Amino acid sequence: MSVFGIFLTILVFFIFKKLYSIKKKFYLNPVLLSIITIIVVLYTAGIEYERYMESARILSFLLGPAVVSLAVPLYKKKEVVKDYSIPIGLGVVLGGLVAILSAFLIVYLFGGSKELLLSISPKSVTTPIAIGVSEQIGGIPPLTAILVIITGILGNSVGITLLNLSGVKDKVARGLAMGVTSHGLGTAKIIQEDKLSGAVSGLGMALNGIFTSFILYYLIRLLLWL
Amino acid sequence: MYKGLAIIFGFYFLGEITSMLLDLSVPGNVLGMIFLTIALLGGAINIDDVEREAEFFVDNISIMFIPPGVGVMLYFGLMKTEIVSIITALILSFVITLIFTAKLVEVLR
Repeated sequence: MSVFGIFLTILVFFIFKKLYSIKKKFYLNPVLLSIITIIVVLYTAGIEYERYMESARILSFLLGPAVVSLAVPLYKKKEVVKDYSIPIGLGVVLGGLVAILSAFLIVYLFGGSKELLLSISPKSVTTPIAIGVSEQIGGIPPLTAILVIITGILGNSVGITLLNLSGVKDKVARGLAMGVTSHGLGTAKIIQEDKLSGAVSGLGMALNGIFTSFILYYLIRLLLWL
Repeated sequence: MYKGLAIIFGFYFLGEITSMLLDLSVPGNVLGMIFLTIALLGGAINIDDVEREAEFFVDNISIMFIPPGVGVMLYFGLMKTEIVSIITALILSFVITLIFTAKLVEVLR
């Protein structure tokens, strides 16, 4: 029984990844479809989440070394940082702040619970980092994961259209906006449009992850105090 | 292969220790990433020694957040009561952040 969780996860992800490689549509996002399918299977079979996690936990443990490994793609983009240090630096800091504050304020105005406020704040950060940050600030990591993935899917599906509507043509601006807002899924989309945009987007994603994990704890405490 | 893994897990461990000892709110794995980036930039670690192993982890990162994602099944109640604020916040914040960042960077260029 204990091996069931990891087997189910690998099997379901394998199938949806295959499907996505055939039909690259945003609504066929393999991670989201895998999560939904696994939940349905667990409900139908009457298996508790804890039981599923007995072996599936091994996969999420690997998020640790995987996040550390993000240093390699970051290092490889050092030339891009040098070329566009000011727009990238300010774009990450101010864009990252707007992402947090806008989500926080909207939920606050709707009278949302503290759990939701904490869980939604890191929603523009790449999922592996957001899960860790959510845990550190007292949010609900699984809820954060879902909100992050939906934000990514928004960028992947309508991000380009929205950028066109805004009239911004600059490749660095388009790339950074996509990476800061919609992390990996946004980057995957904008890289098809332009290589430089894609590189800047990946960079924006990594730097926003670092920036947010450093400030979010203090920012949230300040916001809750105000 | 084991050299690359030793470097990655070594920096992960270093990040965890630092986060714990200094009581930082930054996750240990993020600190590990920062330390490794600095070590690569400073030349203390050679990119060829970790590249293959790191890319394996990065390329397969998606499946790793499925198990925590499935955990959302424990919070359906909370999501149901707050579904309107969740949807509004996600969509509006997405639009505001994307356009703000794009316009800002365009002006800075």
